[in-house]
Amino acid sequence: MRLEERWQAPFKALIRLGKNEGVTTLPRDTFRDALSVALTVGAYGVAFGAAGIAAGFTVLQTCLFSLLTFTGASQFAAVGVMAAGGGALSAVAAATMLGTRNALYGLQMAPLVRVKGVRRVAAAHLTIDESTGVALAQTPRGTRSMRYGFWLTGSGVFLFWNIFTLLGALGAKALGNPASWGLDAAVPAAFLGLLWPRLTNTYLRVVAATSMAFAMLMTPWLPAGVPIIASVLVAVAFGWRER
Amino acid sequence: MSTITSWVVLGATSVLCFSVKLLGYYIPEGWLAHPRLQRVNALVPISLLSALVVAEGLVIKTRIVIDHRLAGLAVALALLFAKAPFPVVVVCAAVTSALVYHLH
Repeated sequence: MRLEERWQAPFKALIRLGKNEGVTTLPRDTFRDALSVALTVGAYGVAFGAAGIAAGFTVLQTCLFSLLTFTGASQFAAVGVMAAGGGALSAVAAATMLGTRNALYGLQMAPLVRVKGVRRVAAAHLTIDESTGVALAQTPRGTRSMRYGFWLTGSGVFLFWNIFTLLGALGAKALGNPASWGLDAAVPAAFLGLLWPRLTNTYLRVVAATSMAFAMLMTPWLPAGVPIIASVLVAVAFGWRER
Repeated sequence: MSTITSWVVLGATSVLCFSVKLLGYYIPEGWLAHPRLQRVNALVPISLLSALVVAEGLVIKTRIVIDHRLAGLAVALALLFAKAPFPVVVVCAAVTSALVYHLH
């Protein structure tokens, strides 16, 4: 949601002015946007590869997560809950709830990509923060650039994310004991790194701090992993009424 | 974690996360337009990621445990305040944590 919001706002204003509607430029700028995002984000795959191994998954399983689940925060959540000693149900629930935003992205991308059958399945699989964000950022360059941005960013992130997951998993496997190399701290640091750019105002920082306090309070009372799922109640409580 | 559990988690997560993505391409736009649903949905990643930081950095099973991981997390926090890039944050947190682990 963060990329979408950051990029959408200025372009929406431009479209409203009617100045850039229908303008089509060569997709070279789109290509550059897509590739730089794909490479940077794809490189985070190393952290996921290491997290998967640290949680006790095999190299094959860790790589399959990146190929088949292919939505970063959900993947980190699934292996994170298992690493914390949580149950399978908590792991799957946390990952799925983190993935629900992709449905909202799909809703926005469907009229843009307009594909059916196998191509729709492919488009759905590539619908993530980054592909949606780059596509929306291309709005002033026209529909063709938006579509191009979506496919190129989606497939680019897919390629690099999977390559780097494999490298991270193999690397972590070679290192051995996760604590000895700080991998057990790399995982919460990665979560903090994913959380940080979303905390764009005081209200959202209060939600984050409350969620952390709530998770800590619930820890002694609930089975391992369940406080993570229960933290959704904080989101519901804050989002229930209009601010 | 048993072998079966790990495969179940992998399979179920993959199927459900893909289903949710595909859902976006099939449901009519109005269905998710409810303002309350959108407000809550925007906050869900923040709550879950916050709880995951706690669960991974401060918890072992069902206990709050202060150990080498917290040192790594503190360094990560400082670096994020200093606007360091993601890979730097993760690597420095890992190195700090490993140092404390071995010195302890």
